Amino acid sequence: MSDALAPRRPLDLVPLWKALFLGLVALVVIVPLLATVLGGFKSLGELRTNPFGLPDTWEWQNYTGILFSRRYWQLLWNSLVIATMTVVLTLIVASMAAFVFAHIHFFGSSMLLSYLTMGLLFPAATAILPLFIKVRDLGLLDSYLGVALPQVAFSLAMSILLLRRFFKDLPHELLEAALVDGCSYIAFFRHVTLPLSRPILATVGTITFVHSWNSYLLPLVMLNSDSMYPWPLGIMIYQGEFSSEWHLILAFITLTILPTFLLFILAQKHIVAGLTAGAVKG
Amino acid sequence: MSGRGGTIAMRHEARAPVSRARRSSLDPRLATALLFLPPALMLFTLFVVLPIGEAAWYSGFNWNGFGKPTRWIGLDNYRFVFDSRGFGTAFKNNLLIIVVSLTIQLPLAMGLALILAERFRGAVALRMLFFLPYVLAEIATGLIFSFIYDGNYGLLTSIYRAFGAEAPHLLASTQTSMLAILIVVVWKYFGFHMMLFIAALQGMDRNLVEAARIDGASRWQVLRYVVIPLLYPTIKLSIFFAVVGSLQLFDLVMPLTRGGPADSSNTMVSFLYNHGVSRMRVGYGSAIGVILFAICVTFAFSYKRWFMRNE
Repeated sequence: MSDALAPRRPLDLVPLWKALFLGLVALVVIVPLLATVLGGFKSLGELRTNPFGLPDTWEWQNYTGILFSRRYWQLLWNSLVIATMTVVLTLIVASMAAFVFAHIHFFGSSMLLSYLTMGLLFPAATAILPLFIKVRDLGLLDSYLGVALPQVAFSLAMSILLLRRFFKDLPHELLEAALVDGCSYIAFFRHVTLPLSRPILATVGTITFVHSWNSYLLPLVMLNSDSMYPWPLGIMIYQGEFSSEWHLILAFITLTILPTFLLFILAQKHIVAGLTAGAVKG
Repeated sequence: MSGRGGTIAMRHEARAPVSRARRSSLDPRLATALLFLPPALMLFTLFVVLPIGEAAWYSGFNWNGFGKPTRWIGLDNYRFVFDSRGFGTAFKNNLLIIVVSLTIQLPLAMGLALILAERFRGAVALRMLFFLPYVLAEIATGLIFSFIYDGNYGLLTSIYRAFGAEAPHLLASTQTSMLAILIVVVWKYFGFHMMLFIAALQGMDRNLVEAARIDGASRWQVLRYVVIPLLYPTIKLSIFFAVVGSLQLFDLVMPLTRGGPADSSNTMVSFLYNHGVSRMRVGYGSAIGVILFAICVTFAFSYKRWFMRNE
Protein backbone atom coordinates (compact mmCIF):
# COMPACT_ATOMS: atom_id res chain seq x y z
CA MET A 1 0.00 0.00 0.00
CA SER A 2 2.74 2.39 0.92
CA ASP A 3 5.00 0.82 -1.65
CA ALA A 4 5.04 4.03 -3.59
CA LEU A 5 6.68 5.81 -0.67
CA ALA A 6 9.15 3.31 0.69
CA PRO A 7 11.65 1.39 -1.37
CA ARG A 8 10.53 -2.21 -1.38
CA ARG A 9 12.44 -4.38 1.07
CA PRO A 10 12.32 -8.14 1.34
CA LEU A 11 9.54 -9.03 3.74
CA ASP A 12 11.01 -9.35 7.23
CA LEU A 13 9.84 -12.65 8.67
CA VAL A 14 11.75 -12.40 11.94
CA PRO A 15 9.02 -10.59 13.93
CA LEU A 16 6.54 -13.22 12.82
CA TRP A 17 8.75 -16.06 14.03
CA LYS A 18 9.29 -14.26 17.30
CA ALA A 19 5.57 -13.79 17.81
CA LEU A 20 4.91 -17.44 17.00
CA PHE A 21 7.61 -18.55 19.44
CA LEU A 22 6.29 -16.33 22.22
CA GLY A 23 2.74 -17.46 21.57
CA LEU A 24 3.71 -21.11 21.72
CA VAL A 25 5.58 -20.74 25.01
CA ALA A 26 2.75 -18.66 26.47
CA LEU A 27 0.33 -21.42 25.52
CA VAL A 28 2.48 -24.07 27.18
CA VAL A 29 2.57 -22.01 30.37
CA ILE A 30 -1.10 -21.04 30.41
CA VAL A 31 -2.83 -24.26 29.40
CA PRO A 32 -1.89 -26.32 32.49
CA LEU A 33 -2.82 -23.45 34.79
CA LEU A 34 -6.08 -22.72 33.04
CA ALA A 35 -6.98 -26.39 32.90
CA THR A 36 -6.47 -26.54 36.66
CA VAL A 37 -8.70 -23.56 37.41
CA LEU A 38 -11.42 -24.67 34.98
CA GLY A 39 -11.12 -28.31 36.00
CA GLY A 40 -12.22 -27.28 39.46
CA PHE A 41 -15.52 -26.15 37.95
CA LYS A 42 -16.28 -29.42 36.22
CA SER A 43 -17.85 -32.64 37.31
CA LEU A 44 -15.66 -35.69 37.30
CA GLY A 45 -17.44 -37.11 34.29
CA GLU A 46 -17.00 -33.95 32.30
CA LEU A 47 -13.36 -33.71 33.26
CA ARG A 48 -12.83 -37.07 31.60
CA THR A 49 -14.42 -36.11 28.31
CA ASN A 50 -13.46 -32.45 28.25
CA PRO A 51 -10.29 -31.66 30.18
CA PHE A 52 -9.38 -28.59 28.07
CA GLY A 53 -12.44 -26.49 27.39
CA LEU A 54 -14.86 -24.39 29.36
CA PRO A 55 -17.18 -26.42 31.57
CA ASP A 56 -20.70 -27.09 30.24
CA THR A 57 -22.16 -26.53 33.65
CA TRP A 58 -20.17 -24.57 36.19
CA GLU A 59 -20.02 -26.69 39.33
CA TRP A 60 -19.50 -23.99 41.93
CA GLN A 61 -19.96 -26.41 44.80
CA ASN A 62 -16.50 -27.88 44.21
CA TYR A 63 -15.06 -24.55 45.23
CA THR A 64 -17.61 -23.49 47.82
CA GLY A 65 -17.37 -26.87 49.53
CA ILE A 66 -13.68 -26.26 50.12
CA LEU A 67 -14.07 -22.58 50.93
CA PHE A 68 -16.57 -23.37 53.67
CA SER A 69 -14.51 -26.17 55.14
CA ARG A 70 -12.54 -25.67 58.31
CA ARG A 71 -9.70 -27.66 56.82
CA TYR A 72 -8.82 -25.21 54.05
CA TRP A 73 -8.63 -22.24 56.39
CA GLN A 74 -6.69 -24.22 58.98
CA LEU A 75 -4.04 -25.07 56.37
CA LEU A 76 -3.76 -21.49 55.18
CA TRP A 77 -3.60 -20.26 58.76
CA ASN A 78 -0.78 -22.67 59.63
CA SER A 79 1.18 -21.62 56.56
CA LEU A 80 0.57 -17.98 57.35
CA VAL A 81 1.76 -18.31 60.95
CA ILE A 82 4.92 -20.20 59.98
CA ALA A 83 5.72 -17.82 57.12
CA THR A 84 5.10 -14.72 59.24
CA MET A 85 7.29 -16.00 62.05
CA THR A 86 10.00 -16.83 59.55
CA VAL A 87 9.84 -13.43 57.86
CA VAL A 88 9.81 -11.39 61.09
CA LEU A 89 12.67 -13.33 62.66
CA THR A 90 14.71 -13.31 59.46
CA LEU A 91 14.33 -9.57 59.02
CA ILE A 92 15.30 -8.78 62.61
CA VAL A 93 18.22 -11.18 62.90
CA ALA A 94 19.58 -10.65 59.39
CA SER A 95 19.36 -6.87 59.39
CA MET A 96 21.18 -6.67 62.72
CA ALA A 97 23.99 -8.86 61.43
CA ALA A 98 24.06 -7.09 58.07
CA PHE A 99 24.36 -3.74 59.81
CA VAL A 100 27.50 -4.88 61.61
CA PHE A 101 29.01 -6.33 58.45
CA ALA A 102 28.24 -3.13 56.55
CA HIS A 103 29.58 -0.58 59.02
CA ILE A 104 31.82 -2.14 61.61
CA HIS A 105 35.11 -3.71 60.74
CA PHE A 106 36.88 -5.69 63.39
CA PHE A 107 39.32 -8.51 63.43
CA GLY A 108 37.64 -11.54 61.88
CA SER A 109 34.53 -9.77 60.62
CA SER A 110 35.05 -10.83 57.03
CA MET A 111 35.71 -14.37 58.22
CA LEU A 112 32.41 -14.37 60.08
CA LEU A 113 30.64 -13.14 56.97
CA SER A 114 32.10 -15.95 54.88
CA TYR A 115 31.09 -18.35 57.62
CA LEU A 116 27.48 -17.21 57.38
CA THR A 117 27.40 -17.22 53.60
CA MET A 118 28.48 -20.85 53.61
CA GLY A 119 24.76 -21.45 54.00
CA LEU A 120 24.35 -20.73 50.30
CA LEU A 121 26.41 -23.71 49.31
CA PHE A 122 24.25 -26.63 50.29
CA PRO A 123 20.53 -27.38 50.63
CA ALA A 124 18.75 -27.90 53.95
CA ALA A 125 18.11 -31.49 52.94
CA THR A 126 21.73 -32.58 53.41
CA ALA A 127 21.49 -32.58 57.19
CA ILE A 128 17.76 -33.11 57.54
CA LEU A 129 18.06 -36.11 59.87
CA PRO A 130 20.42 -34.51 62.42
CA LEU A 131 18.28 -31.38 62.13
CA PHE A 132 15.23 -33.45 62.99
CA ILE A 133 16.99 -34.91 66.00
CA LYS A 134 18.15 -31.46 67.10
CA VAL A 135 14.65 -30.00 66.86
CA ARG A 136 13.29 -33.03 68.72
CA ASP A 137 15.86 -32.66 71.51
CA LEU A 138 14.97 -28.98 71.82
CA GLY A 139 11.36 -30.04 72.33
CA LEU A 140 10.22 -28.09 69.26
CA LEU A 141 8.91 -31.02 67.25
CA ASP A 142 5.36 -30.50 66.02
CA SER A 143 5.44 -26.77 66.75
CA TYR A 144 5.43 -23.78 64.42
CA LEU A 145 8.76 -22.66 65.83
CA GLY A 146 10.35 -26.02 65.01
CA VAL A 147 9.75 -25.26 61.32
CA ALA A 148 10.32 -21.51 61.45
CA LEU A 149 13.69 -21.47 63.24
CA PRO A 150 15.51 -23.76 60.77
CA GLN A 151 13.92 -21.81 57.92
CA VAL A 152 15.28 -18.58 59.39
CA ALA A 153 18.70 -20.15 59.80
CA PHE A 154 18.75 -21.22 56.16
CA SER A 155 17.48 -17.89 54.82
CA LEU A 156 20.07 -15.88 56.77
CA ALA A 157 22.92 -16.16 54.29
CA MET A 158 21.07 -14.69 51.33
CA SER A 159 19.23 -12.11 53.43
CA ILE A 160 22.39 -10.83 55.07
CA LEU A 161 24.14 -10.47 51.72
CA LEU A 162 21.25 -8.51 50.22
CA LEU A 163 20.79 -6.27 53.24
CA ARG A 164 24.50 -5.63 53.70
CA ARG A 165 24.87 -4.46 50.12
CA PHE A 166 21.98 -2.05 50.55
CA PHE A 167 23.20 -0.75 53.93
CA LYS A 168 26.65 -0.15 52.47
CA ASP A 169 25.18 1.88 49.62
CA LEU A 170 23.42 4.29 51.96
CA PRO A 171 25.34 7.59 52.11
CA HIS A 172 28.22 7.11 54.50
CA GLU A 173 28.13 10.74 55.62
CA LEU A 174 24.90 9.99 57.45
CA LEU A 175 26.60 7.61 59.83
CA GLU A 176 29.60 9.88 60.34
CA ALA A 177 27.42 12.89 61.09
CA ALA A 178 25.27 10.91 63.46
CA LEU A 179 28.27 9.53 65.32
CA VAL A 180 29.76 12.99 65.69
CA ASP A 181 26.45 14.18 67.12
CA GLY A 182 26.69 11.50 69.76
CA CYS A 183 24.21 9.10 68.25
CA SER A 184 24.96 5.48 69.03
CA TYR A 185 25.28 2.76 66.40
CA ILE A 186 22.18 1.11 67.75
CA ALA A 187 20.09 4.28 67.63
CA PHE A 188 21.39 4.94 64.13
CA PHE A 189 20.41 1.44 63.06
CA ARG A 190 16.95 1.78 64.49
CA HIS A 191 16.15 5.37 63.51
CA VAL A 192 18.08 5.87 60.27
CA THR A 193 19.13 2.61 58.61
CA LEU A 194 15.91 0.67 59.01
CA PRO A 195 13.52 3.44 57.88
CA LEU A 196 15.72 4.14 54.84
CA SER A 197 15.89 0.46 53.97
CA ARG A 198 12.19 -0.22 53.51
CA PRO A 199 12.55 -1.29 49.85
CA ILE A 200 15.18 -3.94 50.55
CA LEU A 201 13.39 -5.09 53.69
CA ALA A 202 10.25 -5.52 51.60
CA THR A 203 12.21 -7.47 49.00
CA VAL A 204 13.91 -9.76 51.49
CA GLY A 205 10.65 -10.19 53.36
CA THR A 206 8.78 -11.13 50.21
CA ILE A 207 11.27 -13.76 49.06
CA THR A 208 11.52 -15.23 52.53
CA PHE A 209 7.74 -15.34 52.69
CA VAL A 210 7.39 -17.07 49.31
CA HIS A 211 10.04 -19.65 50.21
CA SER A 212 8.44 -20.40 53.55
CA TRP A 213 4.91 -20.44 52.13
CA ASN A 214 5.94 -22.99 49.49
CA SER A 215 8.26 -25.11 51.59
CA TYR A 216 7.55 -28.78 51.96
CA LEU A 217 10.49 -30.79 53.26
CA LEU A 218 11.01 -29.06 56.61
CA PRO A 219 7.36 -29.12 57.71
CA LEU A 220 7.08 -32.68 56.42
CA VAL A 221 9.86 -33.79 58.72
CA MET A 222 9.15 -31.54 61.73
CA LEU A 223 5.36 -31.73 62.03
CA ASN A 224 3.27 -34.79 62.68
CA SER A 225 -0.22 -33.68 63.61
CA ASP A 226 -2.71 -32.71 60.91
CA SER A 227 -3.78 -29.62 62.79
CA MET A 228 -0.30 -28.09 62.38
CA TYR A 229 0.19 -28.84 58.69
CA PRO A 230 0.84 -25.99 56.28
CA TRP A 231 -0.94 -26.18 52.94
CA PRO A 232 1.66 -28.06 50.84
CA LEU A 233 1.45 -30.94 53.32
CA GLY A 234 -2.31 -30.65 53.60
CA ILE A 235 -2.84 -30.76 49.87
CA MET A 236 -0.73 -33.89 49.53
CA ILE A 237 -2.89 -35.57 52.17
CA TYR A 238 -6.02 -34.28 50.44
CA GLN A 239 -4.80 -35.78 47.19
CA GLY A 240 -4.15 -39.06 48.96
CA GLU A 241 -7.72 -39.12 50.28
CA PHE A 242 -9.48 -38.12 47.07
CA SER A 243 -7.00 -39.95 44.89
CA SER A 244 -8.91 -39.89 41.62
CA GLU A 245 -11.52 -37.23 42.27
CA TRP A 246 -9.52 -34.83 40.22
CA HIS A 247 -12.22 -32.15 40.06
CA LEU A 248 -11.98 -31.66 43.84
CA ILE A 249 -8.20 -31.82 43.87
CA LEU A 250 -7.97 -29.25 41.08
CA ALA A 251 -10.32 -26.91 42.93
CA PHE A 252 -8.22 -27.36 46.03
CA ILE A 253 -4.99 -26.64 44.14
CA THR A 254 -6.53 -23.52 42.63
CA LEU A 255 -7.61 -22.20 46.01
CA THR A 256 -4.23 -22.87 47.60
CA ILE A 257 -2.19 -21.22 44.86
CA LEU A 258 -4.57 -18.28 44.77
CA PRO A 259 -2.83 -16.47 47.68
CA THR A 260 0.57 -16.93 46.00
CA PHE A 261 -0.88 -15.64 42.78
CA LEU A 262 -2.35 -12.55 44.45
CA LEU A 263 0.88 -11.85 46.29
CA PHE A 264 2.77 -12.20 43.02
CA ILE A 265 0.52 -9.66 41.32
CA LEU A 266 0.76 -7.23 44.23
CA ALA A 267 4.46 -7.56 44.95
CA GLN A 268 5.84 -8.64 41.58
CA LYS A 269 8.44 -5.90 41.63
CA HIS A 270 9.85 -7.13 44.94
CA ILE A 271 9.60 -10.78 44.02
CA VAL A 272 11.37 -10.47 40.70
CA ALA A 273 13.98 -8.07 42.06
CA GLY A 274 14.62 -10.21 45.10
CA LEU A 275 14.71 -13.57 43.43
CA THR A 276 16.92 -12.50 40.56
CA ALA A 277 19.05 -9.75 42.10
CA GLY A 278 19.53 -11.91 45.15
CA ALA A 279 20.59 -14.67 42.87
CA VAL A 280 22.99 -12.49 40.92
CA LYS A 281 24.88 -11.49 44.01
CA GLY A 282 24.68 -14.95 45.53
CA MET B 1 25.83 -14.70 81.84
CA SER B 2 26.07 -11.20 83.28
CA GLY B 3 27.32 -9.90 79.93
CA ARG B 4 24.24 -11.33 78.33
CA GLY B 5 21.97 -9.56 80.79
CA GLY B 6 23.80 -6.35 80.00
CA THR B 7 23.20 -6.66 76.29
CA ILE B 8 19.52 -7.21 76.79
CA ALA B 9 19.33 -4.13 78.99
CA MET B 10 21.08 -2.18 76.27
CA ARG B 11 18.51 -3.21 73.75
CA HIS B 12 15.76 -1.73 75.87
CA GLU B 13 17.60 1.55 76.31
CA ALA B 14 18.57 1.98 72.72
CA ARG B 15 19.05 5.71 73.14
CA ALA B 16 21.54 5.55 75.95
CA PRO B 17 24.16 3.01 74.99
CA VAL B 18 26.85 5.48 74.02
CA SER B 19 27.24 6.81 77.52
CA ARG B 20 26.86 3.34 78.89
CA ALA B 21 29.53 2.01 76.57
CA ARG B 22 31.81 4.85 77.51
CA ARG B 23 31.27 4.25 81.15
CA SER B 24 32.21 0.62 80.78
CA SER B 25 35.03 1.76 78.49
CA LEU B 26 33.89 -0.72 75.87
CA ASP B 27 34.42 0.38 72.29
CA PRO B 28 30.88 1.21 71.03
CA ARG B 29 31.60 -0.54 67.75
CA LEU B 30 32.59 -3.70 69.53
CA ALA B 31 29.57 -3.42 71.82
CA THR B 32 27.27 -3.16 68.81
CA ALA B 33 28.89 -6.15 67.16
CA LEU B 34 28.60 -8.15 70.37
CA LEU B 35 24.93 -7.31 70.56
CA PHE B 36 23.95 -7.64 66.90
CA LEU B 37 25.89 -10.65 65.68
CA PRO B 38 25.15 -13.43 68.17
CA PRO B 39 21.51 -14.10 67.16
CA ALA B 40 22.47 -14.75 63.55
CA LEU B 41 25.60 -16.71 64.46
CA MET B 42 23.78 -18.83 67.01
CA LEU B 43 20.83 -19.68 64.77
CA PHE B 44 23.11 -20.46 61.87
CA THR B 45 25.47 -22.57 63.91
CA LEU B 46 22.73 -24.45 65.70
CA PHE B 47 20.53 -25.28 62.72
CA VAL B 48 22.89 -25.28 59.74
CA VAL B 49 26.49 -25.97 60.72
CA LEU B 50 26.13 -28.34 63.68
CA PRO B 51 23.70 -30.66 61.87
CA ILE B 52 26.22 -31.07 59.06
CA GLY B 53 28.90 -32.03 61.56
CA GLU B 54 26.48 -34.35 63.34
CA ALA B 55 25.56 -35.95 60.04
CA ALA B 56 29.21 -36.91 59.62
CA TRP B 57 29.22 -38.39 63.15
CA TYR B 58 25.88 -40.22 62.88
CA SER B 59 26.83 -41.66 59.51
CA GLY B 60 29.19 -44.02 61.34
CA PHE B 61 26.35 -45.65 63.26
CA ASN B 62 23.51 -48.02 62.64
CA TRP B 63 20.89 -45.98 64.47
CA ASN B 64 17.12 -45.57 64.35
CA GLY B 65 17.15 -42.19 66.10
CA PHE B 66 15.99 -43.33 69.54
CA GLY B 67 18.24 -43.23 72.57
CA LYS B 68 21.90 -42.70 71.89
CA PRO B 69 23.76 -43.98 68.85
CA THR B 70 25.80 -46.97 70.03
CA ARG B 71 26.22 -49.40 67.17
CA TRP B 72 29.32 -48.05 65.46
CA ILE B 73 29.74 -49.56 62.02
CA GLY B 74 32.45 -47.33 60.60
CA LEU B 75 32.11 -46.58 56.94
CA ASP B 76 29.60 -49.33 56.23
CA ASN B 77 26.76 -46.86 55.64
CA TYR B 78 28.73 -45.27 52.82
CA ARG B 79 29.35 -48.70 51.35
CA PHE B 80 25.61 -49.45 51.52
CA VAL B 81 24.84 -46.18 49.76
CA PHE B 82 27.33 -46.72 46.97
CA ASP B 83 26.30 -50.35 46.57
CA SER B 84 22.61 -49.60 46.19
CA ARG B 85 21.33 -49.36 42.64
CA GLY B 86 18.81 -46.72 43.68
CA PHE B 87 21.43 -44.20 44.65
CA GLY B 88 23.27 -44.66 41.37
CA THR B 89 20.02 -44.03 39.52
CA ALA B 90 19.34 -40.96 41.63
CA PHE B 91 22.79 -39.60 40.89
CA LYS B 92 22.29 -40.20 37.18
CA ASN B 93 18.90 -38.51 37.34
CA ASN B 94 20.48 -35.44 38.92
CA LEU B 95 23.01 -35.37 36.08
CA LEU B 96 20.19 -35.78 33.58
CA ILE B 97 18.38 -32.79 35.05
CA ILE B 98 21.57 -30.74 34.72
CA VAL B 99 22.06 -31.84 31.11
CA VAL B 100 18.48 -30.94 30.20
CA SER B 101 18.79 -27.62 32.00
CA LEU B 102 21.86 -26.77 29.96
CA THR B 103 20.77 -28.05 26.57
CA ILE B 104 17.09 -27.13 26.57
CA GLN B 105 16.24 -24.76 29.37
CA LEU B 106 19.19 -22.40 29.03
CA PRO B 107 18.87 -21.75 25.28
CA LEU B 108 15.10 -21.41 25.69
CA ALA B 109 15.50 -18.90 28.52
CA MET B 110 18.12 -16.93 26.63
CA GLY B 111 16.09 -16.87 23.43
CA LEU B 112 13.03 -15.60 25.24
CA ALA B 113 15.08 -13.02 27.11
CA LEU B 114 16.56 -11.69 23.87
CA ILE B 115 13.05 -11.11 22.57
CA LEU B 116 11.47 -9.87 25.77
CA ALA B 117 14.27 -7.51 26.82
CA GLU B 118 13.08 -5.21 24.04
CA ARG B 119 10.34 -2.73 24.78
CA PHE B 120 7.06 -3.51 23.12
CA ARG B 121 3.48 -3.78 24.18
CA GLY B 122 2.89 -6.91 26.18
CA ALA B 123 6.57 -7.61 26.84
CA VAL B 124 6.25 -7.01 30.57
CA ALA B 125 3.07 -9.06 30.81
CA LEU B 126 4.74 -11.96 29.00
CA ARG B 127 7.79 -11.75 31.27
CA MET B 128 5.52 -11.99 34.30
CA LEU B 129 3.58 -14.87 32.78
CA PHE B 130 6.77 -16.83 32.11
CA PHE B 131 8.05 -16.09 35.58
CA LEU B 132 4.82 -17.21 37.24
CA PRO B 133 5.60 -20.97 37.26
CA TYR B 134 8.75 -20.24 39.24
CA VAL B 135 6.74 -18.56 41.99
CA LEU B 136 4.21 -21.39 42.31
CA ALA B 137 4.93 -23.99 44.94
CA GLU B 138 6.68 -27.11 43.69
CA ILE B 139 4.00 -29.21 45.35
CA ALA B 140 1.18 -27.44 43.51
CA THR B 141 3.10 -27.62 40.23
CA GLY B 142 3.74 -31.31 40.71
CA LEU B 143 0.07 -31.99 41.42
CA ILE B 144 -1.06 -29.98 38.40
CA PHE B 145 1.20 -32.03 36.18
CA SER B 146 0.23 -35.30 37.76
CA PHE B 147 -3.27 -34.38 36.60
CA ILE B 148 -1.99 -33.55 33.14
CA TYR B 149 -0.18 -36.88 32.92
CA ASP B 150 -3.04 -38.85 34.47
CA GLY B 151 -3.84 -41.81 32.28
CA ASN B 152 -7.61 -41.51 32.70
CA TYR B 153 -8.34 -37.81 32.99
CA GLY B 154 -5.27 -35.95 31.92
CA LEU B 155 -4.75 -33.47 29.15
CA LEU B 156 -2.13 -35.67 27.60
CA THR B 157 -4.57 -38.55 27.47
CA SER B 158 -7.16 -36.51 25.67
CA ILE B 159 -4.61 -35.42 23.11
CA TYR B 160 -3.71 -39.04 22.47
CA ARG B 161 -7.38 -39.97 22.34
CA ALA B 162 -8.05 -37.27 19.78
CA PHE B 163 -5.65 -39.11 17.51
CA GLY B 164 -7.26 -42.39 18.41
CA ALA B 165 -4.22 -43.67 20.29
CA GLU B 166 -3.93 -45.20 23.73
CA ALA B 167 -2.21 -42.81 26.12
CA PRO B 168 0.91 -43.97 27.94
CA HIS B 169 0.92 -43.75 31.72
CA LEU B 170 4.04 -41.63 31.79
CA LEU B 171 4.40 -41.57 35.55
CA ALA B 172 3.78 -45.27 36.04
CA SER B 173 6.57 -46.60 33.85
CA THR B 174 10.21 -46.81 34.84
CA GLN B 175 11.06 -45.87 31.25
CA THR B 176 9.22 -42.56 31.17
CA SER B 177 8.86 -41.37 34.76
CA MET B 178 12.04 -39.31 34.63
CA LEU B 179 11.09 -37.82 31.27
CA ALA B 180 7.84 -36.62 32.81
CA ILE B 181 9.72 -34.96 35.64
CA LEU B 182 12.21 -33.31 33.29
CA ILE B 183 9.39 -31.68 31.35
CA VAL B 184 7.99 -30.19 34.55
CA VAL B 185 11.44 -29.01 35.62
CA VAL B 186 11.86 -27.04 32.41
CA TRP B 187 8.30 -25.71 32.62
CA LYS B 188 8.81 -24.49 36.15
CA TYR B 189 12.30 -23.02 36.04
CA PHE B 190 12.89 -21.54 32.57
CA GLY B 191 11.24 -18.27 33.63
CA PHE B 192 13.72 -17.75 36.43
CA HIS B 193 16.68 -18.13 34.09
CA MET B 194 14.94 -15.91 31.55
CA MET B 195 14.69 -13.17 34.18
CA LEU B 196 18.41 -13.46 34.90
CA PHE B 197 19.15 -12.92 31.22
CA ILE B 198 16.66 -10.05 30.92
CA ALA B 199 18.27 -8.29 33.88
CA ALA B 200 21.68 -8.71 32.25
CA LEU B 201 20.47 -7.53 28.84
CA GLN B 202 18.89 -4.43 30.32
CA GLY B 203 22.12 -3.56 32.07
CA MET B 204 24.02 -3.95 28.83
CA ASP B 205 25.54 -1.03 26.97
CA ARG B 206 23.25 -0.52 23.95
CA ASN B 207 25.94 1.49 22.17
CA LEU B 208 27.99 -1.64 21.52
CA VAL B 209 25.10 -3.21 19.65
CA GLU B 210 24.36 0.01 17.76
CA ALA B 211 28.00 0.37 16.80
CA ALA B 212 28.18 -3.16 15.48
CA ARG B 213 24.99 -2.61 13.46
CA ILE B 214 26.38 0.58 11.95
CA ASP B 215 29.58 -1.25 11.04
CA GLY B 216 27.39 -3.53 8.97
CA ALA B 217 27.19 -6.59 11.18
CA SER B 218 24.20 -8.77 10.49
CA ARG B 219 21.66 -9.51 13.18
CA TRP B 220 23.19 -12.95 13.66
CA GLN B 221 26.73 -11.55 13.87
CA VAL B 222 25.69 -9.00 16.48
CA LEU B 223 24.17 -11.78 18.52
CA ARG B 224 27.08 -14.15 18.09
CA TYR B 225 29.99 -11.74 18.52
CA VAL B 226 28.60 -8.96 20.70
CA VAL B 227 25.58 -9.91 22.75
CA ILE B 228 26.38 -13.49 23.72
CA PRO B 229 29.96 -12.74 24.81
CA LEU B 230 28.56 -9.97 26.99
CA LEU B 231 26.18 -12.52 28.48
CA TYR B 232 28.91 -14.99 29.47
CA PRO B 233 28.84 -14.03 33.16
CA THR B 234 25.06 -14.55 33.21
CA ILE B 235 25.39 -17.86 31.38
CA LYS B 236 27.85 -19.04 34.01
CA LEU B 237 25.48 -17.91 36.72
CA SER B 238 22.54 -19.63 35.06
CA ILE B 239 24.53 -22.87 34.84
CA PHE B 240 25.46 -22.52 38.49
CA PHE B 241 21.83 -22.20 39.52
CA ALA B 242 20.76 -25.06 37.27
CA VAL B 243 23.26 -27.37 38.98
CA VAL B 244 22.48 -26.20 42.51
CA GLY B 245 18.75 -26.44 41.77
CA SER B 246 19.13 -29.96 40.46
CA LEU B 247 21.09 -31.02 43.54
CA GLN B 248 18.27 -29.91 45.84
CA LEU B 249 15.29 -30.98 43.75
CA PHE B 250 12.80 -32.80 45.95
CA ASP B 251 9.42 -31.09 46.31
CA LEU B 252 8.60 -31.52 42.65
CA VAL B 253 9.35 -35.23 42.64
CA MET B 254 7.07 -36.13 45.54
CA PRO B 255 3.67 -35.25 44.07
CA LEU B 256 4.61 -36.64 40.65
CA THR B 257 6.20 -40.01 41.34
CA ARG B 258 7.58 -40.08 44.90
CA GLY B 259 10.76 -41.27 43.21
CA GLY B 260 9.15 -44.36 41.77
CA PRO B 261 8.27 -46.60 40.19
CA ALA B 262 11.04 -48.83 41.52
CA ASP B 263 13.29 -45.87 42.39
CA SER B 264 13.50 -44.90 38.73
CA SER B 265 12.84 -41.19 39.20
CA ASN B 266 14.54 -40.35 42.47
CA THR B 267 16.82 -37.39 42.83
CA MET B 268 19.50 -37.68 45.48
CA VAL B 269 17.39 -35.72 47.95
CA SER B 270 14.25 -37.76 47.34
CA PHE B 271 16.35 -40.91 47.66
CA LEU B 272 17.59 -39.57 50.98
CA TYR B 273 14.00 -38.95 52.05
CA ASN B 274 12.60 -42.28 50.87
CA HIS B 275 15.39 -44.47 52.20
CA GLY B 276 16.69 -42.48 55.14
CA VAL B 277 14.11 -40.13 56.61
CA SER B 278 10.86 -42.00 56.12
CA ARG B 279 12.36 -45.17 57.62
CA MET B 280 14.28 -43.29 60.31
CA ARG B 281 17.55 -44.88 59.28
CA VAL B 282 19.54 -42.02 60.71
CA GLY B 283 23.01 -43.38 60.01
CA TYR B 284 22.25 -44.37 56.44
CA GLY B 285 20.40 -41.13 55.71
CA SER B 286 23.20 -39.08 57.23
CA ALA B 287 25.72 -40.83 55.01
CA ILE B 288 23.66 -39.82 51.96
CA GLY B 289 23.51 -36.29 53.36
CA VAL B 290 27.26 -36.15 53.79
CA ILE B 291 27.80 -37.37 50.23
CA LEU B 292 25.36 -34.75 48.95
CA PHE B 293 27.08 -32.08 51.03
CA ALA B 294 30.47 -33.07 49.64
CA ILE B 295 29.14 -32.90 46.09
CA CYS B 296 27.55 -29.47 46.65
CA VAL B 297 30.59 -27.94 48.29
CA THR B 298 33.07 -29.43 45.82
CA PHE B 299 30.98 -28.19 42.96
CA ALA B 300 30.48 -24.71 44.39
CA PHE B 301 34.15 -24.17 45.18
CA SER B 302 35.56 -25.57 41.96
CA TYR B 303 32.99 -23.76 39.86
CA LYS B 304 33.72 -20.48 41.58
CA ARG B 305 37.44 -21.02 41.24
CA TRP B 306 37.44 -22.06 37.60
CA PHE B 307 34.63 -20.11 36.04
CA MET B 308 33.68 -17.19 38.22
CA ARG B 309 37.07 -16.03 39.37
CA ASN B 310 36.43 -12.43 38.48
CA GLU B 311 32.97 -12.06 40.00
